Amino acid sequence: MSGVRVLVGTRKGAFILTSDGTRKTWDVSGPHFAGWELYHLKGSPADPDRIYASQSSSWFGQQIQRSSDGGKTWEPVGNSFAYEGIPGTHQWYDGTPHPWEFKRVWHLEPSLTDPDTVYAGVEDAALFRTTDGGTSWQELPGLRGHGSGAHWTPGAGGMCLHTILLDPVDPKRIFIAISAAGAFRTDDGGETWQPINRGLKSEHIPDPTAEVGHCVHRLAMHASRPDVLFMQKHWDVMRSNDAGSSWHEVSGNLPTDFGFVIDVHAHEPETIYVVPIKSDSEHFPTDGMLRVWRSRTGGNEWEPLTKGLPQSNCYVNVLRDAMAVDSLESCGVYFGTTGGQVYASADAGDTWSAIVRDLPPVLSVEVQTLT
Amino acid sequence: MIRVVLPSHLKMHANVNGEVKLEIDGAVTQQSVLDALEKSYPVLRGAIRDHATQRRRPFLRFFACQRDLSHEAPDAPLPDAVASGSQPFLIVGALAGG
Repeated sequence: MSGVRVLVGTRKGAFILTSDGTRKTWDVSGPHFAGWELYHLKGSPADPDRIYASQSSSWFGQQIQRSSDGGKTWEPVGNSFAYEGIPGTHQWYDGTPHPWEFKRVWHLEPSLTDPDTVYAGVEDAALFRTTDGGTSWQELPGLRGHGSGAHWTPGAGGMCLHTILLDPVDPKRIFIAISAAGAFRTDDGGETWQPINRGLKSEHIPDPTAEVGHCVHRLAMHASRPDVLFMQKHWDVMRSNDAGSSWHEVSGNLPTDFGFVIDVHAHEPETIYVVPIKSDSEHFPTDGMLRVWRSRTGGNEWEPLTKGLPQSNCYVNVLRDAMAVDSLESCGVYFGTTGGQVYASADAGDTWSAIVRDLPPVLSVEVQTLT
Repeated sequence: MIRVVLPSHLKMHANVNGEVKLEIDGAVTQQSVLDALEKSYPVLRGAIRDHATQRRRPFLRFFACQRDLSHEAPDAPLPDAVASGSQPFLIVGALAGG
């Protein structure tokens, strides 16, 4: 029988929520790694029982955990993330050079085909890869070594590489995004990278149309159409039809185009979801109403989805890695909030309910569709 | 026999109950104690000292015999009471909120 497993990373541990294909009742296990920050957990598409988790702490640094039984048991694996060569400097908030320093892993992206290969996006921004199930990690230095690296600056949350999209058609093509450097693409498996930020406009940087320096919050792609990308930027929802070579704005009638998450329906490549957040200083929904906005036209025309979501006095945030979809016949959509709720819709966003509430602030949500 | 007390998070991480007991040949220093600790519990590598610099992580403290030894040199001898095992070497998470 089909089912879903929702992997939730929070400020104080991980939680695993499971349900059958009806998605009506949920079992909650956790907290796993209680007291630690779980920035991200993700399962291998090639082996759903293999799950990787990024566990970190300001006190005790970075750990990587691996499960081979769907999250029932875990083992710590390699946690050494050493930059290749002499790390050099990037630009600090005040414009001065600042040494590259590893802080934490924001995002883990398992290979589409090999359970032992995983990409890790880290702060200070760099891309690492393991090919031995997490035992050892090596940097792909071509990204950080891109000529613009010395000019990258941290966003408010740190200079994090937070998005990794693996092209399901071309195994040598990877998209990543860094706050606040922008989006980059490799077409040779990570050897060389190019910034893909043409068309972005960011008023908070000296040159609003600069090649790098944009605070990209999230990228999303539908597996059937990897040349079409969607982006939630600091401000603006953007779309590219040419693998990021150019972008155009599709914010349309959204009440605000600031936000963090963006995702694509599992079966409808033109149906996308965002959660508009009021502004960069007011990290909560507009008018205290938690609304997911859905576009069935690939952007520009958006409809609010409110049924089952709080429509008054709601002032939570939804962070960049905290939305995911399942691939059951009726696509499920999930997101977590800084208030500790995980909301789910089993009907593509038409109706919602909290499948768990009162967790620690949610940092990430991933979904595995089990068959 | 050196006795080491870990903070609760690291006890859980290393699957340790109670104190850790270590045998050390030669000088008993922060460095030799932590080397022996990490040899016995490799999952603690990087959690107490930075992987690259081997320096104490900023939010950890080393206490023993009612003294804060955090700023002592890594190769300075630890107090005799620690070396003899009559007092434990305490690895403590700093009071830093959260």
